Amino acid sequence: MKKTVKRYRGFLILFVIMIVFTMINYEIGMKAFGISANSFKEVLFLVPPIFVILGLLDVWVPREFMVKYMGEGSGIRGVIISFLLGSAAAGPLYGAFPVAAVFMKKGVSFSNILIFIGAWSTTKIPMFLFEVSSLGPKFAFTRLLINIPGIIIIALILKRFVTKYERKEIYLNAENVDS
Amino acid sequence: MEGLFFYSLASILLLVSFVKSRSKTKIGLKKAWKAFENILPQLLVVLLIVGLMLSVLNAALISKLVGKDSGIIGILLAAVFGSITMIPPFVAFPTAAALLTSGAGYAQIAVFVSTLMMVGVVTLPLEIKYFGAKTAISRNVLAFLFSFVVAGIIGLVVY
Repeated sequence: MKKTVKRYRGFLILFVIMIVFTMINYEIGMKAFGISANSFKEVLFLVPPIFVILGLLDVWVPREFMVKYMGEGSGIRGVIISFLLGSAAAGPLYGAFPVAAVFMKKGVSFSNILIFIGAWSTTKIPMFLFEVSSLGPKFAFTRLLINIPGIIIIALILKRFVTKYERKEIYLNAENVDS
Repeated sequence: MEGLFFYSLASILLLVSFVKSRSKTKIGLKKAWKAFENILPQLLVVLLIVGLMLSVLNAALISKLVGKDSGIIGILLAAVFGSITMIPPFVAFPTAAALLTSGAGYAQIAVFVSTLMMVGVVTLPLEIKYFGAKTAISRNVLAFLFSFVVAGIIGLVVY
């Protein structure tokens, strides 16, 4: 119980702040609660199936399989698969982090995970179609063409920047997210 | 629409998994729940901050600050807006389109869209939980800088 309260401390404090805020400015406060509740509904709608798929992936897909296709030495094929998986995703960026954790457990290389995160953040296919229709094909295609090399370059810089030891720590941490 | 796809996929996989091995399915679901509960506290904080932020900011205020003639300052402001806000894309794209017609510049909108999608200050605590502070912060800083490259090129190409 005490542990639970501690974990949700940030949420509880913020919740109280929002209540106080609502007492000061009722209109904006209620609007804030409304938007939060709406986003929460969205999360509840989108997130559970993603976690179920992840749980099953974790149990059924053997590590060797993931290492072969997305691990160290998976080469350009691994890069393309990571790109496609990230782009086929749906939902906000924070949905990508738990997926990345399972990928780490399954031995996917660090650079491929970073490419996956990059693709999820900005080259999602459904979002791209939406971008074409609202901001025009020229805008959307230009952005896509810059983003593809951009994501790879960012992944490579990060890989260089993070030491082997730090990478090990990150992978070790991923082992513990569901235990 | 996206939700429906993932629900169908999850249901089919769950069914196949259940037929093949009940015990493995149970372990998988347990892992799914633990992974979800693990990020729930941070997720709730993110949702509250999103609510607070969106209730204060609105399109009129943003367009006043990042208009066509706002120049470098406007681009910087747009980058900061994009980094700290979390607007769902189905709201963000039409808003960006509306801002363009009401006088925002292409470079400003490009940097806004790019930082909005790639940089997440609000979700940083979550990202740190998975990637550690150094990787998470570096990724966001690099994505922030990269967004100016995107803006520069879009400013050149789309005009």
